[in-house]
Amino acid sequence: MEDISTLFYFGMSPSIFAIVYYAVLLVASCAASYYNQRSMFLMIFSLTLVSIIVGIVGGASALSMIAVTAFAIAMAAMVSYAFREFLILIASTELAKELRTAPLTAAFGMFIIFVYAIAGIFAPWIAPHGEAEVISSAFAPADENMLLGADQLGRDMFSRLIYGTRNSVGLALTATLLAFIMGALLGLLAATKGGWFDNLMGRIADVIMSIPSLIFALLMLSIFGPSMPVIIIAVSVIYAPRVFRLTRAVAGDVVVMDYIEAAKLRGEGMWYLIRREILPNSTAPLVAEFGLEFCFVFLLVAGLSFLGLGIQPPTADWGSMVRENATLISFGEITPLIPAAAIALLTVGVNFVVDWMLHRSSGLKE
Amino acid sequence: MGDILGLVAKRLGLGLLILLVISVIIFFMVELLPGDIAEAVLGQGATEENVRNLREQMGLNDPAYVRYFEWLRGAIVLDFGKSIVTQEPVMSVIGERFRNTLFLATYAAVIAVPFAIILGVIVALLRNSVFDRVANVLTLTSISSPEFFLGYILILFFSVKWGMFPAIASLSDGMSFGDLLQRTFLPALTLVLVVTAHMMRMTRAAIINLLASPYIEMAKLKGTPPWKVIVRHALPNAWAPIINVVALNLAYLITGVVLVEVVFVYPGIGQALVDAVSKRDFPVVQASCLIFAATFILLNLAADVGAILTNPRLRHPK
Repeated sequence: MEDISTLFYFGMSPSIFAIVYYAVLLVASCAASYYNQRSMFLMIFSLTLVSIIVGIVGGASALSMIAVTAFAIAMAAMVSYAFREFLILIASTELAKELRTAPLTAAFGMFIIFVYAIAGIFAPWIAPHGEAEVISSAFAPADENMLLGADQLGRDMFSRLIYGTRNSVGLALTATLLAFIMGALLGLLAATKGGWFDNLMGRIADVIMSIPSLIFALLMLSIFGPSMPVIIIAVSVIYAPRVFRLTRAVAGDVVVMDYIEAAKLRGEGMWYLIRREILPNSTAPLVAEFGLEFCFVFLLVAGLSFLGLGIQPPTADWGSMVRENATLISFGEITPLIPAAAIALLTVGVNFVVDWMLHRSSGLKE
Repeated sequence: MGDILGLVAKRLGLGLLILLVISVIIFFMVELLPGDIAEAVLGQGATEENVRNLREQMGLNDPAYVRYFEWLRGAIVLDFGKSIVTQEPVMSVIGERFRNTLFLATYAAVIAVPFAIILGVIVALLRNSVFDRVANVLTLTSISSPEFFLGYILILFFSVKWGMFPAIASLSDGMSFGDLLQRTFLPALTLVLVVTAHMMRMTRAAIINLLASPYIEMAKLKGTPPWKVIVRHALPNAWAPIINVVALNLAYLITGVVLVEVVFVYPGIGQALVDAVSKRDFPVVQASCLIFAATFILLNLAADVGAILTNPRLRHPK
């Protein structure tokens, strides 16, 4: 744990660290008030006051905890701000206008998604070692060759983490896409056709949704065995009804519009209606739902692989990495938490973006 | 009053029907196995003789629908047959464990429900303030984290670093109630974190939805003091959505418990289910799935019935 505690004080001795920390905070709050940045000043100065109290109660180590947290949040905020400006610059005028309204949290989410996409696509070039390559002894500590140490079989944790982006996110994305295509198609069909088809589909969706998702997935995996195609199909069947209901509701509102009637009178076929009239008018809520759905699927798949019923070894996968290395936690090591944190971070990021989109599409009700 | 009873009875009937459909799904999905249960259990190396014996023993030679009704008749009196792996009756494997799971879920619910509702109402009243924004980010983070992440973080701090609570929630006979609460505190806290976040967000949404309705606007315009607007006007209509929120999240608790039990090695039904799935012990899997599904449906039903019973429009018909 030595490396972490020196990191806590930013490489300084505790007393020097405390002096530098307060000096930086005070200079920043004075500067903020001088330039009339009221909310900024309030934030920094209240951080200073809290730090003083915590510093007296908890000593230098508690102070450094606060400092590290504040530093991390400040860095995240700066990165998101810069990323938003960057997106505004490269986007078309219309898109840029919308992006300007995005809160920092949404920009942060987009940045996270961007980073994960890069890591997933370029995994073989980023990872220093192979996915299943044994390079040292089991649970070897971190050194300059292995950024995060080795796992239970002596494979490089960092490389597995990078490859895990591809496998875990890829699997969740495929399952979400499949669920979405099934749910949306059936929803659109039910809305346009109506009648017995609509009723039947609605009842099937009711039944599937009244079984808890994790339990249903476990049931299917126990029967067909844990393999990639089974997981993808099982998960997409479980989550398709959610998409079905939403699509049906949204499309149901669109179907009664006059322009649909006009198209029908023109003699257009059902596919034309779905493709050219209904779909373009129900995109916004569907896109937001895609994000939400992805989060649910991702968490379910992570849970399954944590239970040892997901992607099978030696393929690197975040959920099973947590499980395999969990014994390290009882020695106070945080490495097994990193893949779990990677799962949480992506879900948080996607949720932030979805939150913003839902807020926009709800017409700022509040 | 008759209206309400009719509605409730209708909902109960629907719930039973769905449970029946689910029992059919659970039973006949196992029939989809390539070959049958006997072949799947014994594996590829089994001799023809062994497979035939096991078939005989499990009564697999009867047609599927006959076995389904046998199974269903047993299930009604909680007799799910014998486990394939241990040869013990299924109920002796999971009966005790189900009680443990219920205890854990209740423990978490007792802490989470009041906490979440009070916080949810406060956040709804202070909406769009800094407090609301911070709460939004925190709850979103908590919802987005897998249960095992939260669980291991709690273990890292509360048991490894500070040594306040045990990391493994094992139970033993003759434990005092205080001991029990202390042993199971970390798994309960993990569930509380997840469920509170969900419940807070849903309560907030329900209250804000309500505060936007015209009659609240009217109350405000005629000069009613803010606390009175909440207590006299908003609250009577808010019970239905709040009860709904609580029941839905309790249903969520029942399934969220599976991962938490595995993290903390808690002897509950979730862990039994996971074990049975990896050992392909179908009678146990079927029984646990049916119990989970029944609890889930029951709680959803409670949400609906609660909403009907607290709806002022239904209670005081014109």
